[in-house]
Amino acid sequence: MTTTAVQQQGPAAVTPAPTVAGHARNYWIRVRGGDIGGLPAILGLIVLCTIFSIARPSFLTAGNFANLLTQGAATTLIAMGLIFVLLLGEIDLSAGFASGVCAAVLANVVTVLGFPWYVAVLAAVVTGVVIGTTLGFLVAKVGIPSFVVTLAGFLAFQGIALMLMEEGKNIAVRDEVLVAIANRNLTPLLGWLLALVAVIGYGVTQLLRQRNRAARGLVTDPIAVVLARIGGLALILGVAVFILNLERSRNVLITSLKGVPIVVPIVAVLLVLWTFVLQRTRYGRHVYAVGGNREAARRAGIDVDRIRISVFVICSSMAAIGGIVAASRANSVDPNTGGSSVLLYAVGAAVIGGTSLFGGKGRVLDAVLGGAVIAVIDNGMGLMGYSSGVKYVLTGVVLLLAASVDALSRRRSAATGTR
Amino acid sequence: MPATPLLELRGIDKSFGPVQVLRDVALTAHAGEVTALVGDNGAGKSTLVKCISGIHPTDAGEFLFDGRPAAIHSPRDAAALGIEVVYQDLALCDNLDIVQNMFLGREKLNGIVLDEPTMEQMAAETLAGLSVRTVKSLRQHVSSLSGGQRQTVAIAKAVLWNSRLVVLDEPTAALGVAQTAQVLELVRRLADNGLAVVLISHNMNDVFAVSDRIAALYLGQMVAQVKTTDITHAQVVELITAGRSGGLGLTAEPGQGGNGTDGQPAGKTAGGDR
Repeated sequence: MTTTAVQQQGPAAVTPAPTVAGHARNYWIRVRGGDIGGLPAILGLIVLCTIFSIARPSFLTAGNFANLLTQGAATTLIAMGLIFVLLLGEIDLSAGFASGVCAAVLANVVTVLGFPWYVAVLAAVVTGVVIGTTLGFLVAKVGIPSFVVTLAGFLAFQGIALMLMEEGKNIAVRDEVLVAIANRNLTPLLGWLLALVAVIGYGVTQLLRQRNRAARGLVTDPIAVVLARIGGLALILGVAVFILNLERSRNVLITSLKGVPIVVPIVAVLLVLWTFVLQRTRYGRHVYAVGGNREAARRAGIDVDRIRISVFVICSSMAAIGGIVAASRANSVDPNTGGSSVLLYAVGAAVIGGTSLFGGKGRVLDAVLGGAVIAVIDNGMGLMGYSSGVKYVLTGVVLLLAASVDALSRRRSAATGTR
Repeated sequence: MPATPLLELRGIDKSFGPVQVLRDVALTAHAGEVTALVGDNGAGKSTLVKCISGIHPTDAGEFLFDGRPAAIHSPRDAAALGIEVVYQDLALCDNLDIVQNMFLGREKLNGIVLDEPTMEQMAAETLAGLSVRTVKSLRQHVSSLSGGQRQTVAIAKAVLWNSRLVVLDEPTAALGVAQTAQVLELVRRLADNGLAVVLISHNMNDVFAVSDRIAALYLGQMVAQVKTTDITHAQVVELITAGRSGGLGLTAEPGQGGNGTDGQPAGKTAGGDR
């Protein structure tokens, strides 16, 4: 070994002892280098929540907290699917109305045709898969830019939704199970149990990974950081479940209203599922690779077209699930389901959460963080009595802010050579 | 030097529509040797590499690997034989870390879950085996690496798979002096580890620094393949620019038939003589 190859210190295999300070320093270097992840969304949430709770004390009530979660759920679900498309640097403008079409299919199957709820849910999701496959095929195989394909979809799906509702009559969704999704709560005990399962599951996987890596002599995060992460999750879930389990009925004699809304564990399960797919499976790795450098992915033997089609399928299927939740919350489906601001809120949620519009960077968790920011703005502004006009303007400003943070952090990482 | 070359190409033709890019090209590469492939822009070096790696099908010609005829129709076929190509534009994903890039497309799985610890260990061992000590962490994103480090990762990626032939397409083109030395040393080490290396380069200093043999392409024809010790700088430059140099190279004007390797002095051909 001559000296030319020794430019920096340390062979690759030697593992420096993990320290909390070192971990914090590395994190700070990454943040300064433009790798800010969900930081802006979290800071934004804190600022917005503080402002709204000072201006309107009713913002900080258990009832409003539960409202927030059900309000934001549909947007968050659609945003989760959109993140897959955004990871490839593509866009799906039709996701909003795709969710509308799927919701219309759901309502038709369950109310007009009278099938049980699970048939209706299956039909809605299958509709999503068909829509996604079509969009993906047009983008990947025919080679039309996704912007154009999904813009056409945006218009066409709006029409299909109208036709499914016989020129605009809304269809009621009365099925008990479907209505329960966004309008009923878990029993307090079940809420606690699920939170416990989540914390234990997370803790066990984290500690097992830690032990596995340490046993093989690989670099590990400091144990204190791992424990802090587990503790943090336990704290957040604990506080949330505690608040949601408070009585929020105005008159307990008439009805009792408490517990975690059923839609929350649904969102949580999908969050875990898609995070697992993106971070821990070969498919997820290939999605990132195609988003980062399509040519490199192709040369590595990855079937790029298949990946490109699949993300549109995931996106439209998640839009279907979002549509089901929206239909459940409204107890009905009308031609405007999935219309107006739904798509833009979903794209906004993904970007605000930290997913890059340029592709290659993003996590499913971003949808939840960004969805929370949007739900807080929507809800808080509503409480303060502002008109829809002001709400839209503020949401637009926040989206623009998030997109500039994305663009600036990219410039920053280009300058410092980190991402 | 083993008697049979690891890779032997004979009479390779390749056209893109009306343009004939490769004309009756012969090339050999031996295990444990660095074969430099030189030629001016448009001489067909990159096309030849893409034919070797299975990206482009050849129109005609024989492809012998380890003395046996081989059919290469896709990059997967080439990889299955143990042929790895490090491309000029690196083909690394900036948004993935070193380990993820090295295993891209060939991830190790544990059930359906990515087996990260095993991959990280194998990557560390490969880099250590190449005496690479310039990367701080295997979990760095490739975007944070210098040009030399990226090239190192790309080369390490190529040798990870028990590959037997590594083709490097201008690995030092974008590098500074120190980094070039680093990469060339790595190239030499690959050959010393028993791999056959084909190095494409424009830089005569690099070529003479590491290669055992030089193959010169001129307008799609292989005009000479000789031992590095038997040829001078000036001769190589003449071969690249004019297709001939003294007794070496083309005997007729280019375009008058496929006599690409004619004119090589006896004893200097590496086995590509027909």
